[in-house]
Amino acid sequence: MQPFAYRKIHDVAAAIAQGAGEPNTVFLAGGTDLVQLLQDGIARPAGIVDISDLPFSSIATTIDGMRIGALAKLADVADHPQVRAHYPALATALGETASPMVRNMATTGGNLLQRTRCLYFRDGVSSCNKREPGSGCGALRGEDARAALFGASEACVATHASDLAVALLALDAEVLVAGPAGERSIPVERLHTLPGDTPWIDSDLEPGELISAIFVPRGAAGWAQAYAKLRHRASFEWPLVSAAVSLAVVDGMIEDARVALGGVAHKPWRAEDVETLLIGRELDPVLAREAGEAATEGARPLAGNAAKIPLLARVVSRALADAGGLP
Amino acid sequence: MTPATTFVGSPVSRVDGPAKVTGAAVYAADFDIPHLAHASIVQARVPAGRIAAIDTRAAEAAPGVLAVMTHETTRRLPWHPRDPRPGVDPKAGERLHVLQDDVVRYDGQPVALVVAQSEEQARAAADLVRVDYAPTAARTRFDVAYARAPSEATAKAGRPGDTSRGDPEGAFAQAPVRVDVPFVQPREQHAAIEPHATIAAWDEDGRLTLWDKSQWVDNVRTEIAHVFGLAEDRIRVISPFVGGAFGSGLRTWPHVTLAALAAERVGRPVRLALTRRQLFTNTGFRPHTESRVRLGAFPDGRLTAILHEATGQTSTYEEYAETTLTPARQLYACPNVATRYRLLDMNVNTPSPMRGPGAATGELFLETAMDELAHALGMNPLELRRANLAKTDPDSGKPWSSNALAACWDQAAARFGWADRPRTDEARRAGRERIGSGMASAFYPAHRAKARARVTLYANGGAMIQAATSDMGPGTYTALSQVAADALGLPLEQVRVEIGDSALPPAPAHGGSITMATLGNAVANACAALRETLGADGEGDLTPALRRSGRDSAAAEGASSPGKEAQEYESAAFGAVFAEVRVDPELGTVRVARLVGGYDVGRVVNPKLARSQCIGGMVQGIGMALSEEAVFDRHCGRVMNANLSDYLVPVCADVGALEAFFVESDDRVFNPLGVKGLAEIALCGVAAAIVNAVYDATGLRMREVPVTPERIVTAQAARGR
Ligand SMILES: Cc1cc2nc3c(=O)[nH]c(=O)nc-3n(C[C@H](O)[C@H](O)[C@H](O)COP(=O)(O)OP(=O)(O)OC[C@H]3O[C@@H](n4cnc5c(N)ncnc54)[C@H](O)[C@@H]3O)c2cc1C
Ligand code: SF4
Repeated sequence: MQPFAYRKIHDVAAAIAQGAGEPNTVFLAGGTDLVQLLQDGIARPAGIVDISDLPFSSIATTIDGMRIGALAKLADVADHPQVRAHYPALATALGETASPMVRNMATTGGNLLQRTRCLYFRDGVSSCNKREPGSGCGALRGEDARAALFGASEACVATHASDLAVALLALDAEVLVAGPAGERSIPVERLHTLPGDTPWIDSDLEPGELISAIFVPRGAAGWAQAYAKLRHRASFEWPLVSAAVSLAVVDGMIEDARVALGGVAHKPWRAEDVETLLIGRELDPVLAREAGEAATEGARPLAGNAAKIPLLARVVSRALADAGGLP
Repeated sequence: MTPATTFVGSPVSRVDGPAKVTGAAVYAADFDIPHLAHASIVQARVPAGRIAAIDTRAAEAAPGVLAVMTHETTRRLPWHPRDPRPGVDPKAGERLHVLQDDVVRYDGQPVALVVAQSEEQARAAADLVRVDYAPTAARTRFDVAYARAPSEATAKAGRPGDTSRGDPEGAFAQAPVRVDVPFVQPREQHAAIEPHATIAAWDEDGRLTLWDKSQWVDNVRTEIAHVFGLAEDRIRVISPFVGGAFGSGLRTWPHVTLAALAAERVGRPVRLALTRRQLFTNTGFRPHTESRVRLGAFPDGRLTAILHEATGQTSTYEEYAETTLTPARQLYACPNVATRYRLLDMNVNTPSPMRGPGAATGELFLETAMDELAHALGMNPLELRRANLAKTDPDSGKPWSSNALAACWDQAAARFGWADRPRTDEARRAGRERIGSGMASAFYPAHRAKARARVTLYANGGAMIQAATSDMGPGTYTALSQVAADALGLPLEQVRVEIGDSALPPAPAHGGSITMATLGNAVANACAALRETLGADGEGDLTPALRRSGRDSAAAEGASSPGKEAQEYESAAFGAVFAEVRVDPELGTVRVARLVGGYDVGRVVNPKLARSQCIGGMVQGIGMALSEEAVFDRHCGRVMNANLSDYLVPVCADVGALEAFFVESDDRVFNPLGVKGLAEIALCGVAAAIVNAVYDATGLRMREVPVTPERIVTAQAARGR
């Protein structure tokens, strides 16, 4: 760990100014990811701006949806009655995130911006273009069992680790951002980037930009939803693959659908082809299976992660089955 | 005469429990030593090669830094050979002479050490040390083509390259029913909760005190005496509490030497605490082992041939070998048995015993193969075991000092409900899941070693037991208190146990399940000696006799060592493990719903702690079967998941209902206390029972652990789903 300047800021404008004004400055929320990165020498900021006292922790229902503060704790969101009632995919995804201890500390904004679990990135010493641009990608020719299936590049094959982001993508959520240039909102789909030849960039945020809240539109509230997550342990592990689905079902017919995949790309991955396939059909086990297969269309496995393809198909089928109350 | 047993056999709570839960128990890194400085290791980043250049200027200039030590600036130590080598050391090769030369033998090897005022400063400066390497060819891929036979020294230590009795190949060729089963068990890590740490302090007279996480303080003292060329009486090693070790604390690892070197260099006490990542490469691990078991049987299930081959990994500098093939030679009656053990030298740190070393691995291989044989025979797997009960040790022909394996099978099967397990596809279905049942036998040889213990009785009715043994969790403190309380006729609370200090009477390694059979008897003998000294016979409270003698206190020592029973008998702990799993065949997930284990461990000194020991082993067995695996990059030769979020030990949600019980057993042939040892056996057979249950649930033969969703879907695809 390298020395850094630590400041706790109580004012949004000042936090933005500090984040934008001083080079190599990062925000600290719950610290569950950032502190690990500091300890392992992966993040080496000159300055840390502690934003945990900013007024971003409320969870509120509005006429057009729900506004979840970026500093709301994962545990509070998961347990929130409105979330449980209207956004079960979100509640499930958060309920299966980390452990109760971590969820009591971790914030939603921090969750979306957590860095990849790629082993080569995390060990702090192996070749990794994301951590040390130009050093090569250790995972590409190494232990790639968890590598991406979609949207990867020669430079980086890492996946995004968040469960929350996958559920939010299926719910058509947006993140509200405050920055030096004012406020803006970004659809969750466009918050994260693909690695391309700049794998060290994870998100669309500019220096100094803060996530203030997540907005989940009302529309998704009435839809049939589910989140299915697959991992090696029964708990306390990031997804190997996961799927969030949200279906507008009218008289047994799928009128609209959103399907998001986790653990398979550098960002939560929207499966539009699957959505198209589902719309206008009646959900039954055959369709669920067909949709699962369709979700793997275009997957590009490496030497060691091909088994993720059938697992992805099945986790999508499972999420659909759960959403539709199928056996 | 045998003293009355009030406490031995009763489920008293851990005597060290209150200290542990209130934080009063002090672990190695926690000793508050004045003027403490802190050291941090710089690890090699190539698997093989030489250090071409090492630049320490930036580190030396960093805040708080007291010294940066490299092979260029560290004094040469004598590193005297150990003769004989301690049981916990490999029998061939040479231990890592840390900071003595420029050779890199594995990724993660210490190549420099930074000492600073604070731990954070030491770590920050360690990051600033620049090392250039001249890499050389490394073996980082497990390839049995390069395996070799173990040395003679290793063979003599019960790990022979080739053994044969009868006509194994011939018998196998003619066997009416045969199976041939390959299997892979990956590198596994101890992953105990307490990281290894050492505090080293030299006094003005050149005496060294080490506070160290260790399962064997006496050997730390002897080893460091040899490394530094010091007389043993110049060194004292203190290790009162151990936060789990599972074997990682048996050897004296290089960081202990580093701590002592650093303290010498800066003239202050130094603490060196390994980080979680460093534990993976600066202590040991269970070696990656690949196996092939061939079994031949008659239609009634009687085994006619066992041929077991296994290859384990070791380092390039030491020959660590395991008793992986002992179960093949001893567990079942079979006239024709061959074993072949090979070693593969790799650019890794040296492996070391990890709970159930050899046996847990060998029984995973053997017991999954037995399950395959049972199905090939169309036989109940339990009946197959019964048909092959070894009434005497099949290897030596000697009688067992005791063997209640049959009772373990019967009683565990009954408690599990083996006879009523679901046996049709219909019955196995539970919603989206499939229920599967499996079983395995467990076996771990029992040994004793030489030890002494001291008892001191005080006129106020208090007693103190002292020995240089250790308690890494199983309950040494408690069990020795129980033995002493009975022998002295005192209430349990009046007995204090002091262990984990090399200044106390000598004890062997706290490992290999020998502690109770060894120390328990030494304590009983010490108490008996005291009784004699005080001229009191029989039983009952000894304090009146002390008071009559007019003294304030009286002390006696007692010894214990194996007798001729060790030549005349074979001794072992036995067990039977039954597992019920729930497999979601769609997602490939396996959950352990129930485990039932019945054990023959001789007399049970404390049923409460014994159960706790067994369910701990079961949890570890769940990890072995379903999640634990060190991910090793074959190109850069690095452990990639060296942390506890990626090296997956089971969490509570992975653990179903666990039941452990003990069959009637009391082995007074093996030792007067009648205990056999209860530690390693708790892991043995668990993973095999789970893997066998997965087969029962799915029809998939999983021949590599951990059984992950990826491996399940791959097996399904190979079968055509
Ligand atoms: C053991 C463990 C297991 C885990 N398992 C899972 C899991 O199963 N699934 C899963 O999805 N996650 C998992 N996580 C990740 C965890 O959810 C995240 O670490 C957590 O949500 C991050 O939130 P935080 O508030 O602690 O963020 P911090 O660690 O404080 O910050 C993380 C990053 O986000 C940035 N940041 C934080 N808040 C803002 C903001 N408002 N605006 C702009 N930037 C911001 C910080 O600068 C930093 O770069 C696990 C974490 C741990 C430690
Ligand atoms: S996949 Fe990305 S994060 Fe992982 S090693 Fe390659 S560049 Fe680094």
